[in-house]
Amino acid sequence: MTTHRNSAPAHTRSLPIRQLVLTLLGWSIALIIFFPILWMVLTGFKTESAAIADPRFIFSPTLESYQEVQARSGYARFALNSIAVAFGSTFLALLIAIPSAYAMAFLPTKRTKGTLLWMLSTKMLPPVGVLVPIYLIFRDVGLLDTRTGLIIIYTLMNLPIVVWMLYTFFKDMPKDILEAGRMDGASTLQEVFFLLLPLTLPGIASTGLLSVILSWNEAFWSLNLTSSKAAPLTAYIASFSSPEGLFWAKLSAASTMAIAPILILGWMTQKQMVRGLTFGAVK
Amino acid sequence: MATLQLKNITKQFGDTKVIKGIDLDVNDREFVVFVGPSGCGKSTLMRMIAGLESASDGDILIDGKRMNEVGPADRGLAMVFQSYALYPHMTVEGNMGFSMRLAGVPKEERRAKVLEAAKILQLEPLLDRKPKALSGGQRQRVAIGRAIVRNPIIFLFDEPLSNLDAALRVQMRIELARLHEELDATMIYVTHDQIEAMTMADKIVVLHDGVVEQVGSPMALYHHPRNRFVAGFIGSPKMNFFSVEQQSIGDDGVTVRLPGGRPCTIPVAGEQLASDEALELGIRPEHLQLDENGPLSGQIKVLERLGGQNSLYVQMGELLITIMADGDVAYRVNDTVQFGLAAERAHLFDAQGLALESLSQHPLASLTRQDNRAATEPAAPGAQV
Repeated sequence: MTTHRNSAPAHTRSLPIRQLVLTLLGWSIALIIFFPILWMVLTGFKTESAAIADPRFIFSPTLESYQEVQARSGYARFALNSIAVAFGSTFLALLIAIPSAYAMAFLPTKRTKGTLLWMLSTKMLPPVGVLVPIYLIFRDVGLLDTRTGLIIIYTLMNLPIVVWMLYTFFKDMPKDILEAGRMDGASTLQEVFFLLLPLTLPGIASTGLLSVILSWNEAFWSLNLTSSKAAPLTAYIASFSSPEGLFWAKLSAASTMAIAPILILGWMTQKQMVRGLTFGAVK
Repeated sequence: MATLQLKNITKQFGDTKVIKGIDLDVNDREFVVFVGPSGCGKSTLMRMIAGLESASDGDILIDGKRMNEVGPADRGLAMVFQSYALYPHMTVEGNMGFSMRLAGVPKEERRAKVLEAAKILQLEPLLDRKPKALSGGQRQRVAIGRAIVRNPIIFLFDEPLSNLDAALRVQMRIELARLHEELDATMIYVTHDQIEAMTMADKIVVLHDGVVEQVGSPMALYHHPRNRFVAGFIGSPKMNFFSVEQQSIGDDGVTVRLPGGRPCTIPVAGEQLASDEALELGIRPEHLQLDENGPLSGQIKVLERLGGQNSLYVQMGELLITIMADGDVAYRVNDTVQFGLAAERAHLFDAQGLALESLSQHPLASLTRQDNRAATEPAAPGAQV
């Protein structure tokens, strides 16, 4: 009886409750995902002893770790390497991927689908599987600990994803427009520069950004193929976790400094990113 | 001067033949319409003429020169796409001047040419707009303007009106016909809409399943369809068909027994007919008349009152027959009506679906739009003064 009487108002009120629960759930998940980053930033402002003491949110912040980190090794040099390698490899990847994606999207053959799948399958192999041969080749041709070497590796690493993404953006482009260009006398190169690139720019931008982020955060190859000259920020972070033992506060300070540029870049371009990733979803 | 010849053109995608050997002559300044149901190959044929698709076999000749290996831009053609295919990131002026920009024409000259075309199409106030700020009809005009600017020897239109609403379509149809007069260019137009074909064409090419069913002036196709397919495709509402029994073949035509038993003599040549060959009679809805003494009868199932005219859908045996009748007739649904047919307007089709030849040509059958123009032209100079 009571349930029956209560059911009607409960029903009308169910929507806000549902929304409240969903909102809470969403925030909790976001917080759980964000927590390690938050903790890292907080730890960076602690003293070394506070960092290994019982976890506390309330503490007196200090820039001690940042000063020590900066004194010990030049952040700028590593950051410069990261910038050169991330942007250099992205530029190179786009340069190679744009013509390949054009060919696959507009001049497909029977084997195009297979080629695309094969490219993606190279991402399934654990990188460590090819570490030794690549290390030996790099050693023999003198690419170890060079920016060029790292740019080559990152380009190859990101190429499958970059080609795939560009391929989907190009496929969404109405073919008629390119054909109209061809009727107007455009050569293939003009078609690409005057029509295809301007029209798929949001997609190309988000692809490029993703490539920059992936290269920036990459650690495996940079740790194995660089030592001092070409080491990017990921190697910089790692240098605080060895051999004298773990220094949590300094490690955190270094990590915060390493991820800050890319976080800021991501934050500034998020509109562009979302637009690119959903490009073509709604005509 | 711009003529186009197709010689035994075929197109194959993998194992499927979509164009099965087409021969066609397009004369200078002719308005030719390719018409046919979807999937008949008309768009593919046009794309081959444009150079966007290669022909599997055969020759494409423009002004007598073989063009198969010439790129689309060098054939001297311009194409208006069904989707308009405007460049979304360029203004109207940029769209119309793009071909000249690619060709390295100086900016001033480009602007002058764009303005000239914009004037013809009343696009001047819109030159600085982007395509997304234009209505469908305006976009269509920009697409046509982009073609005009190229000063092509042949215009190609690929279903250009199918994305417009009905009222705008009629308006654009008139505008295109006017443009044809004004530009004096050869035009090839693809559509699935037979009304567009009938109203604009000098010459209609009816395509079906990759082959040409018939080529001729609109009135020739209407009055003398070569086969059952053309008869059914051209004309709206569709022609009625029903089986009839052969009775006798004489000098004045073939006498058949209509459903209901009454005889009727159709003035067509029947010498080649086998005596027991099954025949089908085709008669257009506008050539059936309600007549109390008519030989045919049926029950009205649906009545569409259009004001000036009524479309009657009449159940005759198994068949639903369409009759166009006077709008002032007060019949109701489920009434039984008697009706007769104009025997001289009826068509007979043999077992293969080929039309038996009429004993007399319809006086308008050889009339083309160019004839219409020729008739009015002598009066024109006087009218202009």
